[in-house]
Amino acid sequence: MDFNRIKEKLNILADAAKYDVSCSSSGSNRKNKDSGLGDTGNGICHTYTEDGRCVSLLKILLTNHCIFDSAYCVTRKSNDIKRAAFKIQEVVDLTINFYRRNYIEGLFLSSGIFKSADYTMERLIAVAKKLREEENFNGYIHLKSIPGASDELMYEAGLYADRLSVNIEIPTISGLKLLAPDKKHEDFIKPMLKVKNEIIRYNEERKIIRSTAKYAPAGQSTQMIIGATGESDKDIMYSATHFYKNYNMKRVYYSGYVPISTDSRLPSLGSEVPMLRENRLYQTDWLLRFYGFSVNEILDADNPNLEMDIDPKLMWALRNLNYFPIDINKADSRMLARIPGIGMGSVHKIINSRKYRNLSWDHLKKMGVALNRAKYFIICNSNEWERRDLDAAKIKGMILQSQNGKFKNNYINQLSLFN
Amino acid sequence: MNTTKTLIYDGSFNGFLTAVFIGFEQKITHADIQRQGQIQSGLFTETEIIFTNVEKAQRVWNGIRNKSNTAIKNVYFAFLSEQNNIEALLYHYIQKLMGSKYNGETDFGDDCILKINQLAHKVGREKHRMEAFVRFQLTKDEVYFSNIEPDFDVLPLISKHFRNRYADQQWIIYDVKRKYGLFYDLRSIEIISLDLTDIHTNRIEKSAVFTDTEYKYQDLWNNYFQSTTIKSRINTKLHVQHVPKRYWKYLSEKKEAV
Repeated sequence: MDFNRIKEKLNILADAAKYDVSCSSSGSNRKNKDSGLGDTGNGICHTYTEDGRCVSLLKILLTNHCIFDSAYCVTRKSNDIKRAAFKIQEVVDLTINFYRRNYIEGLFLSSGIFKSADYTMERLIAVAKKLREEENFNGYIHLKSIPGASDELMYEAGLYADRLSVNIEIPTISGLKLLAPDKKHEDFIKPMLKVKNEIIRYNEERKIIRSTAKYAPAGQSTQMIIGATGESDKDIMYSATHFYKNYNMKRVYYSGYVPISTDSRLPSLGSEVPMLRENRLYQTDWLLRFYGFSVNEILDADNPNLEMDIDPKLMWALRNLNYFPIDINKADSRMLARIPGIGMGSVHKIINSRKYRNLSWDHLKKMGVALNRAKYFIICNSNEWERRDLDAAKIKGMILQSQNGKFKNNYINQLSLFN
Repeated sequence: MNTTKTLIYDGSFNGFLTAVFIGFEQKITHADIQRQGQIQSGLFTETEIIFTNVEKAQRVWNGIRNKSNTAIKNVYFAFLSEQNNIEALLYHYIQKLMGSKYNGETDFGDDCILKINQLAHKVGREKHRMEAFVRFQLTKDEVYFSNIEPDFDVLPLISKHFRNRYADQQWIIYDVKRKYGLFYDLRSIEIISLDLTDIHTNRIEKSAVFTDTEYKYQDLWNNYFQSTTIKSRINTKLHVQHVPKRYWKYLSEKKEAV
């Protein structure tokens, strides 16, 4: 193996793959087979990059040659960059050797589209097949579904991969037309639909024949770029909800647009990555998936965007003060989960421990509840509670003063514009 | 009636459980269970030396487990935290558990229960970190070797994970701080202690122990680590929060940073 050449390729092809934010290696149930190599579990982040993102998979492109010219993409045809391509065996060797040293949980393989969608998809499948069949590798494999790939290939991909994903990239169809005129919306949807249907079919069959082979056991995911086409938070979250509901997505990822091009249709080079917005969108995503909120409670026609200075749950609570204060010792878990400053961990602790005694401020504090936010919304076993009749703006002001968030500078700068 | 007594055990988990057995047998309300060699006896307290008895230990283990699976896990994990006076706290915890009609281990309004729960959680996090931060280096006699220095004694907790995952390669994970390690020889895991002349951190100079290709792969891995960083999003605070500096010297990707 020519290590210098591999190193050069790895440089180029890891660099081009890094904008794919998915890093998850959880959700699969593949176990070690015949004393071979690897297994999967709850997912492990083996290290974190200096920008604070988890590294759990070897995330590379097979090649960055591409026949498409999507404006938001670094590997677009018209971009003047170094091109490279891995041989199938090279990717297999890298994966196995990194895995044996406990660097990674597995492989995340994507690719620029060369020749045709099917031709590219075949190559991706060939890597996964070789890992599974020749190396008896049972670690995690995430394959990118190439938009426009045929149903037969999507079927085959699911037999070797743990997870499949197609990145929808642009949350609105009009945005896609503007930035990637040569890509069709249906091309993204078709492989998604095929994978969804196969997963359902395999799960049905497994109920009858327990030994049915695995098909994409970790499901599928997708990704949207944030802040490239002037879409609202409502557009993004409604579209995410659509994918969760209709395609049984395991995850939707939100990726703040990193300026990479001088194209006039896009934010200019040097404009800031919308990291705070990205953070608020993920918080909203969590409220929808774990806290029992529905999307129209948080975002609607009157409130198309999230507030940047407070988290979305606090935003909801301030708009719905009529639900509060909530009694910690009586409310059901659904309502407890809606109190700002209380996470699902605290909900679990409260529900369990109030069987033994009524809880007071002191108990809540020790359990890890963020009282600086929660105290305006709850009563507990104590004579002290917020008796003043405060309005939403007042509460917000007091909470903002009491906290020292990592993003504080961001909105203080914004405010000073008007002073 | 006996209320306070110092019990001295050999430091093993079974020894500790035996001490708990003796404590309950003699109806001691405050058992000050101490590790041999680290004894701080009170002026007027009575002292007894405990001889580890697997049968008695097993009975305590089963007793707690019949109460709750979470509780036995909490007891074992918290024990491995090696905190000062953890034994006395655990004794108190087990007393509460056995005295409670319900699943006492979820009474988070109780200080002792909450404390043990949080400690067990901390040890669980360290276990997970070690599953992530072990970096194997391939020696010339084909053993994948790694040194670790965890905050808590988590080797017993991670052995199953590594055995299931690396079933087709020989490996050693050696705890430098506690001077013992695990060796998997393709069949089973043995506990070993080594006479390590030097500790294999992520030094830039090459060691003759490891193969040449080993360093080439480390080089590739470093390279990958650099290329996958998005420069316009650098966030050192977050990075250090996830990868605390005390672990850096064993991570090959942090070679240059150390």
